[in-house]
Amino acid sequence: MIQTDILIIGAGPVGLFTVFEAGLLKLKCHLVDSLGQPGGQLNEIYPKKPIYDIPGYPSILAGDLTENLLKQIEPFKPGFTLGERAEKLEKTDDNKFKLTTSRGTIIYAPVVAIAGGLGCFEPRKPPIENIDFYEDKGVDYVIKDPEKYRGKKVLVAGGGDSALDWSIILADIADEVALVHRRTSFRGALDSVEKVMDLAQKGKINLITNAQAVGLNGDSVLKEIVIEEEGKENYNYQVDHFIPLFGLAPKLGPIADWGLEIEDNAIKVNTLDYSTNIPGIYAIGDINTYPGKLKLILCGFHEGTLMIQSAFKHIYPDQKLSFKYTTVAGVNGFE
Amino acid sequence: MQDNIIQVTVVDREGIEHNLEAPTDMAMNMMEVCKSYELPVEGTCGGMALCASCHVYVLSDHELSEPSEDEENMLDQAFFVKSNSRLGCQIKITEVIDGLIVQLAPVNGE
Repeated sequence: MIQTDILIIGAGPVGLFTVFEAGLLKLKCHLVDSLGQPGGQLNEIYPKKPIYDIPGYPSILAGDLTENLLKQIEPFKPGFTLGERAEKLEKTDDNKFKLTTSRGTIIYAPVVAIAGGLGCFEPRKPPIENIDFYEDKGVDYVIKDPEKYRGKKVLVAGGGDSALDWSIILADIADEVALVHRRTSFRGALDSVEKVMDLAQKGKINLITNAQAVGLNGDSVLKEIVIEEEGKENYNYQVDHFIPLFGLAPKLGPIADWGLEIEDNAIKVNTLDYSTNIPGIYAIGDINTYPGKLKLILCGFHEGTLMIQSAFKHIYPDQKLSFKYTTVAGVNGFE
Repeated sequence: MQDNIIQVTVVDREGIEHNLEAPTDMAMNMMEVCKSYELPVEGTCGGMALCASCHVYVLSDHELSEPSEDEENMLDQAFFVKSNSRLGCQIKITEVIDGLIVQLAPVNGE
């Protein structure tokens, strides 16, 4: 069980900077993120892209901004629970919040700051009608243990690094591996592409290009995949497993069920302090909405800063807060 | 043609045609035009060709510039990709696309 002052959901740039502002007021933070690394969209979508509108940086790579933010908040020793999705949020008897993650981690805090960006990144599911039915009955979006596929017939779909890398690994483990891709070229690392081509030539991977999986058949478990291949009639391909690897896309996820006012996939807030309709819960950064909202990192920094002032008063209603500049007071971290 | 304004048509996922006016002097792209008319296009990455949430089909026979390798790579993550698939964010609003007709590609779960 973890106890903190401010529970921040989302370890993107805005969640990270909020730790700094909280730290200046001696408030401790714990961050939860469904991704396995901090940085949010910056690291998941565009780590090598330059950003030009961070004040004081004419240009900074997204990944470097994350690095800098982590360094900036280091004195305040935030806690991290990464690779776990914020699942359930409940009110406790002593007016706190209890968060339970997808892996059962429990975190208590008097204030929750939702800095969830576009939501949780989840695997993109191919739009095949009955795919939900076959999840865990032959369809896997994530490979946890490759041994599961030993001696099995597996069809991987996708054209990126994960599709290539897993096809290579499974070629040694599974009985049969097929890789289906919509065109003949792959976007993965050259080395992986060459390896796949080599394994295809040796007959260890059945490479099916200019094709896509369009249907699933079976009974209680998956039995065959309908393949649409250019210049051919659709045909069925016998498999035990279908592993579609099409990257991750953000979804609002469980946050939508926490009783917060939602408008167009974003949480409505009061711009006075970025509070939501539930006292003690704030929403900052891309996940909130208000008249005039701009989804910019710099706006999220501002929102987190004002939010922390309000959060302090929420936690310590009787304490006076004196505002100090870092140029005067410096940055005194936690021991 | 009105100065700096072209006409484009977007067919939404219900098959309804939207005739839109788009300015050629604001460095816009089709994803942004769809969003500004509140059509259901996500444009998650903001137009960097780093997601595939503005996937459209080009229905008219306009000669668009060939998709870049980045765009092709992202289309690999899209579904229902056809030979006329493009990312809306990579279609620049210029005079040469006056009269363009695109259809929004299906979105999973909708």
